Amino acid sequence: MSISKRSRDDIAKRVAQDMYEGAYVNLGIGLPTLVANHLPPGREILLHSENGILGMGPKPPKGEEDWDLINAGKEPVTLLPGGAFFHHADSFGMMRGGHLDICVLGAFQVSVTGDLANWHTGAPDAIPAVGGAMDLAVGAKSVWIMMEHQTKSGESKIVDKCSYPLTGVGVVSRIYTDLAVIDITPQGLHAHDLVPGLSFDELQRLTGVPLTEGRAQG
Amino acid sequence: MVNKIVESLQAALAGVQDGATVLIGGFGGAGIARELIDALIAQGARDLTVVNNNAGNGDTGLAALLKTGRVRKIICSYPRQADSHVFEALYRAGKLELELVPQGNLAERMRAAGAGIGAFYTPTAYGTDLAKGKETRLINGRHYVLEYPIFGDVALIKAEKGDRWGNLTYRKAARNFGPIMASAAKLAIAQVYDIAQLGELDPENIVTPGIFVQRVVRVARDGVVAKEAA
Repeated sequence: MSISKRSRDDIAKRVAQDMYEGAYVNLGIGLPTLVANHLPPGREILLHSENGILGMGPKPPKGEEDWDLINAGKEPVTLLPGGAFFHHADSFGMMRGGHLDICVLGAFQVSVTGDLANWHTGAPDAIPAVGGAMDLAVGAKSVWIMMEHQTKSGESKIVDKCSYPLTGVGVVSRIYTDLAVIDITPQGLHAHDLVPGLSFDELQRLTGVPLTEGRAQG
Repeated sequence: MVNKIVESLQAALAGVQDGATVLIGGFGGAGIARELIDALIAQGARDLTVVNNNAGNGDTGLAALLKTGRVRKIICSYPRQADSHVFEALYRAGKLELELVPQGNLAERMRAAGAGIGAFYTPTAYGTDLAKGKETRLINGRHYVLEYPIFGDVALIKAEKGDRWGNLTYRKAARNFGPIMASAAKLAIAQVYDIAQLGELDPENIVTPGIFVQRVVRVARDGVVAKEAA
């Protein structure tokens, strides 16, 4: 049986399943923004945008864009009834102060101890840009990562130690990849929700670091 | 009679010195004080340090200011954007110094400046390249990095309405850095679409109280808030 990898939307769908009623959630720019399209109906989940929005709604219909109402990716969004605006110091206080339940970010690499590298390749000619990534990484109660399991050249993006510059130290608690969901615990990495056709042994072979089969306990 | 309303953009920018640190509000295009930036270009101050979340894109607004060559240094969190070619060319040519600051630190450093805080410990960036060489401290089992305030000589703020005491209201997510930058600068200049009579703004809804604002200038509402103003 061949492996059916999760598409980007499938990863987003899988992340969205774990969003719980009443959660305050920040979706990072790029891949994580897809999660907004798959939030389970009937669950009230409050989206935070770093530029000063709580209760962010979907993108507006064409022609109704308001450029004073944009998300972190600078795309037009809407405000749900009950939504609020606030300034940047309050917005980042919500992160740093531990008020945000979940943030979902993309990554270049995640280490076995939950170190995150997602802001800079470290290439000498690259222009560095960090935005709110480091604040989110240390601030949210749970930092979840969405990424491909491997690089284009087939190297594991889950590593013993990040080779790219760090965004945060020991911050990631869960990784959603195109192959599986992996919990990071002090006892090591626990892999579950493997895609159909993928054996645990094969997942282990594709991952640069030791895994334990099954969900983390507790 | 206290009257912070000035009659022209030229009057609003009067007295900005060479070497000034200029805080410019806005996140992407939302909340960018485009008319005040154009007026700063016309005013001609040079050797500036600019603080903004981004570093401009396209050829207007902040990008146009950078293009004049009068900005020595930019302090921002996210300079790399679609079409940020003016910044990129200057940066790569070594003509523009970049201090890259995590966005929350950028906000909090200005908040600290406006609130009289000498410095503060934050967990953001601990253990990363952006905390290199900075003092750290272990507090209650968690690592923190010492960060210092960013003071502005001038702030250029886009607000929605203002009155002659300098009270301001904002519109939607265009608020972003405005209230913090107003408090962190010696000379906070706000451009507004409407001048309100004193008492007309609901005191419960004034976001920036006039004590933080020195000048208010009215600009014409040009229809849609321009996307390219980032």
